[in-house]
Amino acid sequence: MSNDVWVVAEHARGQLSESTLETVGKGRELAHATGGKLVALLLTDDERNQINSLAAADLILLARRPEFREFTPEAYGGAIEAALKEAPPRLVLMGSTSVGLDLLSVLSARTGFACLDSCTRLDLRASQLLATCQIYGGKLFVEVALSSATTLVAVVPGSFAKPADQPSGRPEVRELTLPADLPVSRITFHRLIEPPSGDVDITKVPILVAVGRGIQNADNLPLAGELAEALGGAVCASRPVIDQGWLPLTRQVGKSGMTVKPKLYLALGISGAPEHLEGMKQSELIVAVNTDPKAPIFGAAHYGAVTDVVELIPMLTEEARKQGLKKAS
Amino acid sequence: MVPTSAQLGPVPGWAILWVVFLTAVGLFAWRVTFLIRLLRLGRSEKRWDRIPERIKQVLVHVLGQRRLLDEPLVGIPHVLIFYGFLVFLLATSSMLLQGLLPGIHVPSLEVNRYVAPVIDVFAALVLIALAVTSFRRFVLRPAGLQLTWDATLVNILIAALMVTYLGASSFRIVASPAESKVWLPFAWGLADWFARSETLRTNAQALSHVFWWAHVLIVLFFLAYLPYSKHLHLLASPFGAFFSRLDPPGRLPAPAPEGQRLGAERLEEFTWRELLSAFACAECGRCERACPSFQVGEPCSPRQLVHNLKVQLLQYGPALLKKARAATDGGEPALLGGLIAPAELWSCTTCLSCVEHCPVLNEHLSIMVDLRRRLVERGEVDARLQEAFSNLQRYGNSFGQSERKRAVWTQGLDFKPKDARKEPVEWLWFLGEYACYHPALQETTRSLARVLRVAEVDYGILYEAERNTGNDARRAGEEGLFELLREKNMAALEKAKFNNIFSTDPHVYNTFKNEYPELNHGRHPIRHHTELLADLLERGRLKVARKLSHRVTYHDPCYLGRYNGVYEAPRKVLKALGVDLREMPRSRRDSFCCGGGGGRVWMEEIGEAQSRPSESRVREAAALAGVEMLVVACPKDFVMFTDALKTTGLEGRIIVKDLTDLVAEAVIGEAAEVVQKRAA
Amino acid sequence: MNIAVLTKQVADLVEGIEIDASGRAVDRDSIRYILSESDDHALEEALLLKERSQAHVEVFSLETGEVRDGLCTALAKGADRVVMILAGQETPPSNHAAARMFASVLKGLPFDLILTGVRAIDDLDGSVGGLLAGYLGLPYVGLVRKVELVDGAATVEKEYPGGFAAELGVKLPAVLGIQAAEQPPRYVPVTRLRQVMKTAQVEEQEAEPASEEPVSVERMYKPEEGAGAAMLSGSAEEIARQIVNLLSERRVTR
Ligand SMILES: Cc1cc2nc3c(=O)[nH]c(=O)nc-3n(C[C@H](O)[C@H](O)[C@H](O)COP(=O)(O)OP(=O)(O)OC[C@H]3O[C@@H](n4cnc5c(N)ncnc54)[C@H](O)[C@@H]3O)c2cc1C
Ligand code: SF4
Ligand code: SF4
Repeated sequence: MSNDVWVVAEHARGQLSESTLETVGKGRELAHATGGKLVALLLTDDERNQINSLAAADLILLARRPEFREFTPEAYGGAIEAALKEAPPRLVLMGSTSVGLDLLSVLSARTGFACLDSCTRLDLRASQLLATCQIYGGKLFVEVALSSATTLVAVVPGSFAKPADQPSGRPEVRELTLPADLPVSRITFHRLIEPPSGDVDITKVPILVAVGRGIQNADNLPLAGELAEALGGAVCASRPVIDQGWLPLTRQVGKSGMTVKPKLYLALGISGAPEHLEGMKQSELIVAVNTDPKAPIFGAAHYGAVTDVVELIPMLTEEARKQGLKKAS
Repeated sequence: MVPTSAQLGPVPGWAILWVVFLTAVGLFAWRVTFLIRLLRLGRSEKRWDRIPERIKQVLVHVLGQRRLLDEPLVGIPHVLIFYGFLVFLLATSSMLLQGLLPGIHVPSLEVNRYVAPVIDVFAALVLIALAVTSFRRFVLRPAGLQLTWDATLVNILIAALMVTYLGASSFRIVASPAESKVWLPFAWGLADWFARSETLRTNAQALSHVFWWAHVLIVLFFLAYLPYSKHLHLLASPFGAFFSRLDPPGRLPAPAPEGQRLGAERLEEFTWRELLSAFACAECGRCERACPSFQVGEPCSPRQLVHNLKVQLLQYGPALLKKARAATDGGEPALLGGLIAPAELWSCTTCLSCVEHCPVLNEHLSIMVDLRRRLVERGEVDARLQEAFSNLQRYGNSFGQSERKRAVWTQGLDFKPKDARKEPVEWLWFLGEYACYHPALQETTRSLARVLRVAEVDYGILYEAERNTGNDARRAGEEGLFELLREKNMAALEKAKFNNIFSTDPHVYNTFKNEYPELNHGRHPIRHHTELLADLLERGRLKVARKLSHRVTYHDPCYLGRYNGVYEAPRKVLKALGVDLREMPRSRRDSFCCGGGGGRVWMEEIGEAQSRPSESRVREAAALAGVEMLVVACPKDFVMFTDALKTTGLEGRIIVKDLTDLVAEAVIGEAAEVVQKRAA
Repeated sequence: MNIAVLTKQVADLVEGIEIDASGRAVDRDSIRYILSESDDHALEEALLLKERSQAHVEVFSLETGEVRDGLCTALAKGADRVVMILAGQETPPSNHAAARMFASVLKGLPFDLILTGVRAIDDLDGSVGGLLAGYLGLPYVGLVRKVELVDGAATVEKEYPGGFAAELGVKLPAVLGIQAAEQPPRYVPVTRLRQVMKTAQVEEQEAEPASEEPVSVERMYKPEEGAGAAMLSGSAEEIARQIVNLLSERRVTR
């Protein structure tokens, strides 16, 4: 049994995904601490742009085929299954993402290796590997000892920091031998569907800049628009703002509007009436700004600040542009 | 001499009259039978019981014309025309009898010393009344009143009847003044005037006969035409009143018996009395003018609803009678999604205003709810309403919160209300879900708990065993859910020991009072907390420590006022507190709904509402000079109006306050917030 | 066209959940069960397929929680047959064991499509759909939001972040993990539900026992609950900087 850690590299539209880079960082740390190697498993049609981003790996197992341009669970799974069976590593990391979730369980059933989903932490404690997973929508955390020889783990994106500095090493690239009977025919890729244009569907946008009556008047609304633009998100609002006709009804959050669960809900000048909270309290991260320190929105928010939003918004925009937040996408 | 005794050409006049008479009666009878057969397409419903009460309804609403007088400009003329109509029914019958049976002596009312003057005066009054209504109809043109040919024709016919009657009388006087010694101010006036003309004088007898004939023929035409016309209501509405619902309005009629599909959308699925609404309706528009949703421009119109039912009935009823329809569903297009769009139904707040104002006692609401029931049965409910229903089913509250949290509001108290499930209490306080769960209301709920403690009222609550009572789920069309909730509540109530029961929520109050028969057949008349407070103040159990001097106005909640007639208790309380109460223009039975009833509070906004009933209402309150406070007695009102203050920008102008908080302020002597702080 | 829908009951978060005395498992007495949300969507998608292509829909559920209610609801919504799978054990099985049991029941049955929720809130050791597909050797696609049946194959839409999706062709038989049905799960009026409950035929079927516990839990804990928001302070500019730093640290802007 090796102490290697494998990372299944994900890519979309030619680019390696952010969560792969995070996992590579963490995986490398664990592998090196236990005397193993960090192996990146890259299935692609064209590795040229992708290999550079994987410089932190010690070894890249590469399979290049036209079918690997787009993810299909069957072909990807078949290739990985064969590789896994040949030389099982200690740990296989993938994203708890649309790609990773299609692989994790099937591979576990096919190989008999244990698997874990929704992992947010990996620790090495007294030479014991421990994974922490969140279940029940984050209401409970479970600490699991990775005691089997090989475990497949799906990691929640954003759980680990992307290494700040890219190691400049040149990992060895080894071609993966694919089984002759690699199944490719049962699941076929037809086409990519782009997000619908037209007015934004706020239930699908990961970043929402939500404005309430604290925005004061329609003239200030473009400020919120600029902030959303700088963060790569969209503007939504509480009902009074919609009622004024400042924004279309499609942007209303709450009881009589939409229910949203974005990654970030920036509540600016919203008091936090229950009718509003109902529509956004499940957001992953809620940051609220209000002049009233007792505003109920702070009860639902993760972070809060007491200040004037009209003053704050342009500053946020500037700061976001300065830090180039959006470019990361 | 009777006019029909003369020969008209080769035949005697009476023979011609017989032909016309029989034709008219035949046409009338033919049509009326047909209409009755149409009504019988409907579901059966018992409306032959309690005859004395039904007669009373007719006396009050038909003879008394009670609701018509709500709008004097229309009401008074209508009363005159109506009574003129009754008087003429007598007069004209006597004329007809004389004409049909010229050989037999029939007492002639036109010359009767007592009756004739009445007829004479009414003829003139009716003409004046017609002038007034025509002025309104053609010159003022109130919104919502359609100008139809039919209506114009009927007005002309009525006027013609009066004119011809007066013509016949006055020329009879001119012809033989000696015979007519009876006091007939108008006929005599006209006669004097006609007598000045030589030609008229010499032809008076003939002219009198011409007018007599004209009158009688018009009457017969009218008789034949009426059941075909829009003025069918003249005929149908007395029956509407007789067969009206005698149960309290807060008790919704049960749906079709088990085994049949829930709700209604086809003609046969409505009850015959619901179908009768269509014939009884005068298209007067009162219901629409009283409808909050219609008033703010939502797609809701009780008048249109009844009208559409009528259109459907007249259009497809005949085919149904002939069984021309395919054995399965098909032939008749469904009313829902056809003439009636679901949005029209969902925008109704079940405020009862239409029912309360309809002069012919139509039951819009039961039609509305029957149609909603069908929508629910088909699963066609919007996502929010569906969520509310599911929450009610699962957690017993529409907030989707755990049952176990129902009594969290008690945590802010420095005492613990008794648990009525564990120890006997005098009063059971059934809170209703808003008072329990809505964070904006919990302090008010605690206020009442403190006031009751001061008054040493022995009360308890059901803690987590209390469920939503289903009042609004039922009105949103979810009958099964209502039954489920009722069973659960009854199970909890049966385990509790109490003598009396009161609620802070008018919706709970209504359904307990009217729709929980087991509860009411027992010894537990439910009361609203305003009634209890009024009583405590009156009996000195609560003493006002500090008179309040605010100038306030009070909003009558639909389910307390219109539904159950509780208007005085809250006003008594306010008076006892010393506040200066100013009434809004729309108060008591004219109260304007907050827009949250009948499940509306759970639904998505209907269309891009430009205005909401609640906004119209707070504007009304704010328009009262010097009024600083809108006092409410229903938790939903508090939520709706607080919200409306924000959306109308009236926040600085006026505040919304629950009556309970005012009582606490006056009785405990400190504002509730202060009490709370001190307790903390 | 035969469709099997696999459902399971999970803890209702509205009621809260507690950890038991061992500190390694959920206190099952604290749980009130509810049908897993994405399973509800899987059922809805199956019913939509039934309406569109006259499919025959059978719903299977393991014997946990308010399973009978859940199955009756499925019948009331329009499922053709419902089956409760007897696990022969008291503790709810792991997903591996559940998938084995489902596999033992479904093996050899002529299903063209097996739909299940892509994920349940209590999934720890993978998802039932993927595991089952692995055991049965069937193709599996998860995060599906739309299924169409064309000539014995399915065309599905699989969701990706950022509003993207892929259209994939899947040969049948196959297992699909449904993320969301094309329309929200339908409403069943209480009257109909109660009627069904009175007359419903919930079949019971024994599964081959499976008790895999592939995960060894060391401990379970609740996240620390702050009384509310962590407050940032300082001038407006400082606050702006802190917020933006926070966002980049948390990498939400991606
Ligand atoms: C049936 C029903 C359905 C409803 N549905 C919805 C719904 O779908 N969505 C919804 O949002 N609401 C809904 N509401 C309305 C809800 O109750 C609240 O009224 C609404 O959410 C309040 O919006 P707000 O927070 O923008 O306004 P407010 O409550 O007026 O809050 C404005 C906030 O801005 C703060 N503020 C003011 N100036 C500044 C400044 N310069 N800088 C920073 N902060 C400032 C104030 O302190 C205050 O907290 C519904 C209400 C009802 C009754
Ligand atoms: S009950 Fe009220 S809202 Fe409904 S139709 Fe009648 S008047 Fe309108
Ligand atoms: S239903 Fe009643 S109130 Fe409405 S238009 Fe007809 S008669 Fe008038």
